[in-house]
Amino acid sequence: MVTTALAPSSADDPLAYRPVALVDVLDRVLASGVVVSGDITIAIAEVDLVRISLRALVASAGALVRPEQEGAAGPGGPAGPGGTPGPEGATQPEGPPQSDGTPEPVGPYPPGGAAR
Amino acid sequence: MSWTAEPAPGGAEPAGDAAGCWLHGVTREVDPATLAAGSGMDGGPLRAVSAAGLVAVVSAAPPAEYGEEALRRNLEDLAWLERAARTHHGVVAALSRAGAVVPTRLATVYRDEGGVARLLAERRAELAATLDRLTGRAEWGVKGYAVPGAAVRAAAADGAAPEGAGVAYLRRRRAALTARDEGQRIATEAAATVHEALAGYVVDARRHAPQDRRLSGAATAMVLNGAYLVDVPALDGFTGLVAALAGRHPEVRLELTGPWPAYSFAQDRPAEPALTVREPAW
Repeated sequence: MVTTALAPSSADDPLAYRPVALVDVLDRVLASGVVVSGDITIAIAEVDLVRISLRALVASAGALVRPEQEGAAGPGGPAGPGGTPGPEGATQPEGPPQSDGTPEPVGPYPPGGAAR
Repeated sequence: MSWTAEPAPGGAEPAGDAAGCWLHGVTREVDPATLAAGSGMDGGPLRAVSAAGLVAVVSAAPPAEYGEEALRRNLEDLAWLERAARTHHGVVAALSRAGAVVPTRLATVYRDEGGVARLLAERRAELAATLDRLTGRAEWGVKGYAVPGAAVRAAAADGAAPEGAGVAYLRRRRAALTARDEGQRIATEAAATVHEALAGYVVDARRHAPQDRRLSGAATAMVLNGAYLVDVPALDGFTGLVAALAGRHPEVRLELTGPWPAYSFAQDRPAEPALTVREPAW
């Protein structure tokens, strides 16, 4: 897998190898891929799959973004689902409130995008 | 190959000794060496389930960890989620290096291999058509980030007139906010232009929702999260076009990723576009 930065202003070596980012993998394995009805997971609706996974991600976003500072807490350690306010600048999208207290997905996996 | 399909009674989770079967992807044929070299969920062996002229690649997914309730719990555990996503992706990527593959979405689990065989038979035509569409092609990702740039510098130069410190501060602050909105607008427009140019060059294109900065760790807002299905012989032209567009649009920083298995093009129907950027540019 090759990741290449193509920015005239970037000091990065455009051909430098970088490991595949988890967020890029999740973009694809959660938000795309053919949807077939696994007879176990048929009970977990697509939207649920995306939403519950995102809950883990957002709750642990600090661990993803700043592993050196929060690594001691471990992934998923800093807070329960929805318990951590995001860093400034990260806003919650508009949308219907979640009856189960699930944070509305932000960024890659909007419920609208997953509904088929 | 044959199966004994024994549906679990009452539709409940299978008993503890039932196998459970994680489906990684569907292909036309698979080299046994590819299966032997890879490993599936929990490091278990990869197996091929053949039916209707197609091959599904699966690995064991014991109900204790991959049953409905266990999955619900595990998907909220970031460490588990990352391990599962990377393992699944590793298998799909290995398959795609050998030929066209239809990747399945994360956590497609069957009770047994018989269920997988039934899937291949029932959706044979659709899966075969998708494999035909993906053959000789690869998915590439192009992400674009807003670049705080010209608009901000122009605003700063504008504040040079002599005036009280407080007034000057407010003036700079207002100019900076205006510049940020303006920069966001310019970057969003550039992203649309870049996407249209790339989409015109490739077989198929999708825009995914921008990644949240809390997850990506990016310094500025993502304005483009595109996926492009590229004919393998056209790859050099594609990367050349990305580089040219990056040069033409300094207001957006482009990043190319790939090759990916064709996750974004496994469904014939395009995903809902989700293009709204919901956070400040920087």
